[in-house]
Amino acid sequence: MHIAVLIKQVPDTEEVRMDPERGTMIRQGVGTLMNPLDCNALEGALALRRQGGGTVTAFSMGPHKAEEALKEALALGADGAYLLTDPAFAGGDTWATARVLAEACRKYGPFDLILAGEKATDGETGQVGPEVAVMLDIPCSTYVSALELREGGLRVRRTVEEGSEYQFLPFPCLLTVLRDLNEPSLPTLAGKKRARRSSIPQLSRKDLELSEAETGLAGSPTRVVQIHYPTLSRETAFFGPQDTEKGLDLLMQKLRDLALL
Amino acid sequence: MRGPGNTILICGEVRQGKIHPVTQELTGKGRELGSRGEGFSVGVLLLTDFLEDPPESLFRSGADRVYLVEHPSCSQFNQEIAAKVTAALIKEIRPEIVLAPATTSGRTVLPAVAALVGTGLTADCTELALEEETGLLLQTRPAIGGNVMATITTPNHRPQMATVRPRTFPIPPEEERSGELIRPPLPRECFESRIIPEGVQILEGEAGNIQDMDLLVAGGKGVRGSEGFELLRELAELLGGGVGASRQAVEAQWIGYPHQVGLSGKVVSPKLYLAAGISGSVQHLAGMQTAGYIVGINKDPEAPIFRVADLALCGDLHAILPRLVERIRKERGQ
Repeated sequence: MHIAVLIKQVPDTEEVRMDPERGTMIRQGVGTLMNPLDCNALEGALALRRQGGGTVTAFSMGPHKAEEALKEALALGADGAYLLTDPAFAGGDTWATARVLAEACRKYGPFDLILAGEKATDGETGQVGPEVAVMLDIPCSTYVSALELREGGLRVRRTVEEGSEYQFLPFPCLLTVLRDLNEPSLPTLAGKKRARRSSIPQLSRKDLELSEAETGLAGSPTRVVQIHYPTLSRETAFFGPQDTEKGLDLLMQKLRDLALL
Repeated sequence: MRGPGNTILICGEVRQGKIHPVTQELTGKGRELGSRGEGFSVGVLLLTDFLEDPPESLFRSGADRVYLVEHPSCSQFNQEIAAKVTAALIKEIRPEIVLAPATTSGRTVLPAVAALVGTGLTADCTELALEEETGLLLQTRPAIGGNVMATITTPNHRPQMATVRPRTFPIPPEEERSGELIRPPLPRECFESRIIPEGVQILEGEAGNIQDMDLLVAGGKGVRGSEGFELLRELAELLGGGVGASRQAVEAQWIGYPHQVGLSGKVVSPKLYLAAGISGSVQHLAGMQTAGYIVGINKDPEAPIFRVADLALCGDLHAILPRLVERIRKERGQ
């Protein structure tokens, strides 16, 4: 079985700023890591490979620095990794990002299965996975918290608001996963050594035979037109340990006002 | 069945034959947007295997038309069918704007719809408005854990599509109005899918979705154990609310993951959120800062939760919560 894993490198601090001119995130000078749910996706791929053989290939679209996340994927056991990087990819929305990832999966596939995290911790849209699936015309399931290899496909459990849903998806298919899927393992020393020695091929817009109009900001149907930083603070009524009863008076009044009593 | 040119299409949500309230919330918002300028009519798509009650409430909430698609293939959620049906209706009625709930269903179906019809989609919007000069839909959403609010437009592609979290907009007051119920003819191909549904398991009781609650009592590290959560549960039950938790409390296995509030858990917006023994990490605040009224209980007067709280009670939750329970019982004469 040939499995692709879509990986995003995300900032690991909350101190990220946006470029007010272009309306895109400024990633310079901020520590980065592999998007946590993508670690679960990778672990899921490695577990399936242990079960049924085959290969695991990681793809990431991003700046040169995103190579670090792919090296981590290699250290964890991925067989190969491709960095999709080009100035023309910058500022892309979920549609333009999905175009690039879908094209890479087509070119280096076919894959029986594509796995990705349900969402990334920075953009939090959860849209790229389902968009890639439509672009490749394969079925897609989301919020996957368990999966089981079956004849010709996978049985998945989706964790949704009211409980669990079970679905069977035939290969080829795409799944976006939740952290309950598994416990990601840590890279071994041998894996780290192997990753350090390997070089990661970089693919540009031309390599993927995409036009400029299809990628990056130019290929994005949406535009960020304004950014603002909301102030979270509220006017706080503060009651110290001696004034608890006074504070509870206020809380009781609020509960009455909201008809919760 | 072609509707008037300018339509706002709402993708409704039906669970077990019942129209989910987020449908009314979005219909009301659609009506409000549609009343501006040259105006839009509001259509609501309902996709289900059966509907318990006629959709009159949607007309009273502001819908001009309800597109009802009842089909046996929809007895269990099937994202492929939902996406094909929605895309087919969009191609037929050509709405200017499409709004859908940012539930697990909406967040799964709408990206596929966007890719099928070739347009943009903005996830989890918290504000929607029409720009004065251009009439474009201004889609505002939080990013990076709510530290940044980004306003997004879809200038050249149609429809302009956005998902909105439940409880973001109020359920509109119902008015005496009626509308047209349409059962759109759709090609049979729309109901064919490669995905085979294999059953649903609905969690009952205490795991009831914390995103639907008016009141949440949430606990963190300061609760000090699963016994401590009994206290929170007692209070929540007394007030008809649910129990939430910080990531630390869930990771310590004092309470299950469905209760986790925050970036890696659920985003909630109850009328009242009581955070007991939660210091208030950025990840947690991102999951609850839109609550109507926030009460923080913490020993540390410098706890970040107090910065976003309307009411800060500095002290030991193990002393304060029993007092609160006592006062509620006394007020009710129990």
